[in-house]
Amino acid sequence: MTELAVEAVGLVKTFGRLRAVDRLDLRVPAGTVCGVLGPNGAGKTTAVKVLATLLRPDGGQASVFGHDVVREPDTVRGRIALTGQYASLDEDLTAAENLVLLGRLAGFTIADARARADDLLAAFDLADSATRQVKNYSGGMRRRLDIAASIIRTPDLLFLDEPTSGLDPRSRSQVWDIVRAVVRQGTTVLLTTQHLEEADRLASRIAVIDHGRVIAEGTPGELKSTVAAGSVTVRLRHAEQRERAREILARVLNAEVELDPDPVALSTRIGGTDDPTALAAHTLFELSGAGVPVTDFALGQPSLDEVFLALTSPDAA
Amino acid sequence: MTRPSGTGEATPASPRTGDLETLLLPKDRQPRRATAVAALRAMSWRSMLKIKHIPSQLFDVTLFPIVMVLMFTYLFGGAIAGSTDEYLQYLLPGIMTMSVLLTTLSTGMTINIDAKQGLLDRVRTLSIWRPAPMIGYLVADAFRYTSASLVMVVVGLVLGYRPAAGVLGVLAGIGVLVGFAFAFSWVWTALGLVLDTEKAVMSVSMAVMFPLTFLSNVLVDPDTMPGWLGSVVEVSPVTQLVTSVRGLTSGVWEGAALLWTTVYGAGFLVLFGALTIRLYNRQ
Repeated sequence: MTELAVEAVGLVKTFGRLRAVDRLDLRVPAGTVCGVLGPNGAGKTTAVKVLATLLRPDGGQASVFGHDVVREPDTVRGRIALTGQYASLDEDLTAAENLVLLGRLAGFTIADARARADDLLAAFDLADSATRQVKNYSGGMRRRLDIAASIIRTPDLLFLDEPTSGLDPRSRSQVWDIVRAVVRQGTTVLLTTQHLEEADRLASRIAVIDHGRVIAEGTPGELKSTVAAGSVTVRLRHAEQRERAREILARVLNAEVELDPDPVALSTRIGGTDDPTALAAHTLFELSGAGVPVTDFALGQPSLDEVFLALTSPDAA
Repeated sequence: MTRPSGTGEATPASPRTGDLETLLLPKDRQPRRATAVAALRAMSWRSMLKIKHIPSQLFDVTLFPIVMVLMFTYLFGGAIAGSTDEYLQYLLPGIMTMSVLLTTLSTGMTINIDAKQGLLDRVRTLSIWRPAPMIGYLVADAFRYTSASLVMVVVGLVLGYRPAAGVLGVLAGIGVLVGFAFAFSWVWTALGLVLDTEKAVMSVSMAVMFPLTFLSNVLVDPDTMPGWLGSVVEVSPVTQLVTSVRGLTSGVWEGAALLWTTVYGAGFLVLFGALTIRLYNRQ
């Protein structure tokens, strides 16, 4: 049996009458990336704070590499690093000063902490802004610095709380690259996110949480297969044939067809099918036979978004 | 790191994952846990850096004390003691104490802001000696208290203040004052961690500090007050502190006041120090 980096059993954290974390169970094997997915207010940040020894749980148990977060907080702290939702840095200090400070707190001598700060700033492309105060940093720079601060010493478990919220696409893919590099070095990552794409790209397992509880758990593929549906998207050469195409799709696929904002596109959700290839072939054959040229035909698995909405919608079973 | 620097804007600045991998320290090269002293030094260094980056923090230990001395000397001097010169001898140790105690207020706000910025969250997840971050704040504060005291003594000397106990007496007085202020500051660290916003910290601490400093012998002799008020003022920690500082700077041994100052200081330190660490540990 592989070692568990995180094990939470029946974890509860309440704030007054609000049960932010409500009997949460979570197991993260060492060396993997676990994505914790959930809408705003689902309890993701609270759960991370409990696991990172910042909040004391009101019930249940949680351990990090076998060490209880309540009874052995200092041992746990020696093995983790946390990158919070908002940059956990001193805004008034420069980037270099922040890293030197955290390096010294990590146990480096002053000289070593300086050298370490220089190396990290260079690698994260912040060397040019090393002497600027963090409050003048852009969101992307700040986040990079924040992650740099988390790997001053290599943690065994890294908590990333919504690491890319509010970042532009380029900064976001930089953060993803960094996370992948950290994982290749054997660090376990627990990542919270609202972006399904992010969980899909980084995480080997995903736990979907809502109202403080895990409502689904599995690989991205397993989660997608829990929703027995997919989609077909068609683009036509001639916009004026869209009505005709709609009739054909509705008949062949036996489903409600939506007209997309793009005047040549239309799409439909389809129920589960054993043979999507045959379905696609049949649909294209019918369109072609009716003289409706198609420029693009896509048969999609349900997106994680659909999975997410299906799982978290109020009327979900 | 062979990459050229200064390519900033022209080329898309993406961290190279190859670099990143060499950057992660292997297990056998990790530093050992920081000692308590190292952690405390690092946190104190950080507080001193903040003074460097926000020099306006020093207004309340330079400008404010000067204004206080001038204002009270000339406003009350004639009325209370008959002459500003004579009043200054009585006032200066008191006004110095008052200013330094008012200076302690900013500690609570600083901590409150830090807690919101998230720096405290990061520091709290580090395996370091727990009180280090909190004491770190107060070390830089002790520097500010000392500066404020020295500024006021210098201003006083210019205006005609002549402490009878000389340099050593004045230094002893400042020592007791800064020591007490350090212990007293724990009230504000606890408050800074308890309250939601810095504004709330500000108003609560003002509401505590104003009566506490004015209802004392800082400005006037308690003998001139109505009996009941005089008795209240006599037991105030600020009165005991002012009496001690006055005694030390003017060469009069105020044993009882010094004892009470020590007792009060120790009380604040133990009670609010413990409360602060408790609040800091877990919310």
